Amino acid sequence: MAKKMATRDAYGNALVKLGETNRNVVVLDADLSKSTRTSKFAEKFPERFFQMGVAEQDMMGTAAGLAVSGKIPFASSFAIFATGRAFEQIRNSIGYPELNVKIAATHGGISVGEDGASHQAIEDIGLMRMIPGMTVIVPADAVEAEKAVFAAVEHQGPVYMRFGRSAVPVIFDDSYDFKIGKAVVLKDGSDVTIVANGLMVEPALTAYELLKDKGISARLINVHTIKPLDVETIVSAAKETGAIVTAEEHTVVGGLGSAVCEALSENYPVPVRMIGIRDRFGQSGSPEELFREYEMTPEHIAEAALDIVKKKSKLRG
Amino acid sequence: MEKESLDKLKERARRIRLQTVKSLGEAGSGHPGGSLSLVDILTVLYFQVMHIDPKDPSWEDRDRFVLSKGHAAPALYATLAEAGFFPKEELLTLRKLGSRLQGHPDRKRTPGVEMSTGSLGQGLSVANGIALAGKLDGKDYRVYVTLGDGECEEGQVWEAAMTSVHRKLDNLTAFVDNNMLQIDGNVEDIKSLRNIGARFQVFGWNVIEIDGHNMPEIAAAIELAKATKGKPTMIIAHTIKGKGVSYMENALDWHGAAPNAELTQKAMGELEGDVRG
Ligand SMILES: Cc1ncc(C[n+]2csc(CCOP(=O)(O)OP(=O)(O)O)c2C)c(N)n1
Ligand SMILES: [Mg+2]
Repeated sequence: MAKKMATRDAYGNALVKLGETNRNVVVLDADLSKSTRTSKFAEKFPERFFQMGVAEQDMMGTAAGLAVSGKIPFASSFAIFATGRAFEQIRNSIGYPELNVKIAATHGGISVGEDGASHQAIEDIGLMRMIPGMTVIVPADAVEAEKAVFAAVEHQGPVYMRFGRSAVPVIFDDSYDFKIGKAVVLKDGSDVTIVANGLMVEPALTAYELLKDKGISARLINVHTIKPLDVETIVSAAKETGAIVTAEEHTVVGGLGSAVCEALSENYPVPVRMIGIRDRFGQSGSPEELFREYEMTPEHIAEAALDIVKKKSKLRG
Repeated sequence: MEKESLDKLKERARRIRLQTVKSLGEAGSGHPGGSLSLVDILTVLYFQVMHIDPKDPSWEDRDRFVLSKGHAAPALYATLAEAGFFPKEELLTLRKLGSRLQGHPDRKRTPGVEMSTGSLGQGLSVANGIALAGKLDGKDYRVYVTLGDGECEEGQVWEAAMTSVHRKLDNLTAFVDNNMLQIDGNVEDIKSLRNIGARFQVFGWNVIEIDGHNMPEIAAAIELAKATKGKPTMIIAHTIKGKGVSYMENALDWHGAAPNAELTQKAMGELEGDVRG
């Protein structure tokens, strides 16, 4: 069985590495440092760690001030509190002044599990994507998470990164090439394209195999950066495969599926099916149970792909 | 910056008020009341206290100022122009399309504006961050921030107030422009902040109460703040909203309405005639 690791652990480890190489990196947390894994950085670099208490709005503002003075702050909390409670602070004190703050949120999506809906952010990507100039990254595994953190530091400007709570299979190796804004074609195919990111990439890989067994050639693209979106890669896939399935651990309103549809309808409309949460809140349960309950398993992705391939051929007549 | 005589400072405050009213009249919208109540504090800060270089707005060792009550932008712009950050003529572009002088401060557009503000309640957190960075870098610069009294109804102000104390930010000096008015009425009626000084004191701040239009008092309070180690200082400045324009003083209606041409002339006449210095 493949090695498993939570993307939040990769984030915590990456921060420690960064702390050693980049003196300007500072980290803020709002009483969740053990869960967000910023505690590792706090232990090693106490003078550059700011425990802000349960005060997310103040944390974002303080991060903004640190960035005004040339620091590269990473502000961490759970995705729901970072983007929900402090939305307007992010919008007005970080986004509008274009400050170099990295918002690194953990516990994104329903894979939070048993804590239930109050702690499962399913709107965070939509919220962050709407802020002009905000870069939004959703890594799929530990390797990508670490590379995303390093890339975020090199990038000048605000970045939102979403990490997960639960341990997930490591799918990439160290040679994996990560560039902000550059989608990665993981599998080539000609009948249909699956566009996935975050924790949906791994089930999408399984869906690819399921489809292969049924004689369907699927292309699989990992759109780790939702903003700026790699429109070119997505539009080429639409042109070459004629149908798209999106898969995201987020409400289908405003997330990856929406972003893909926006790009397609302006450039090259093709039939789309979206896998994601459909106007519901999350709930308590194990991540596996929840992915089944919300119809986000490999089987659901494969079904949607088969369905849309049929639709595509009907459209063609 | 060279210390200026009281007379010279008063003359600057008069000119800043005049430019504030003029630019608001020209803009046809904006916030005169809370701009005018802040002018004497801004004057002392920019012409008596802060180490700044208008020729080099991003000079590393500059003192920093955050206008948390961002709607007082016209007063800040007039002060920055008086200090030479940009030409005074530019003040007449306030709020116009393409202007560097946005309705609320925009750090990306305006030389001398440290932080974009306008959404109330956020500036103290930002000032804390700047002060923290100063400590981290071993820099001597000081950080100043001005809040409105109504603004202190925002929860984030009190989150930030805890942070400033917890982090022992003695390089930070905050002001409350305590003009007792907000938009819908008296602060006392809307949601009382009675004994606002005591509230900050309980949070652990060094609190000084002054007459916010008495420049020697303002300067003395800042000196006390500088001498206070281990904690931040909050200067509760008792002020008059609309200060300097007779019909605007303590008048609720002049919070967020610009004077028309006639009233602008009247206000400018009063301020020009104000040769008390
Ligand atoms: C978060 C937020 N809510 C509401 C407003 C609208 N607003 C602008 S000024 C103001 C009243 C502020 O009163 P105060 O802080 O006392 O300012 P001053 O009297 O100095 O003008 C309000 C509610 C805002 N700018 N930001
Ligand atoms: Mg007031």
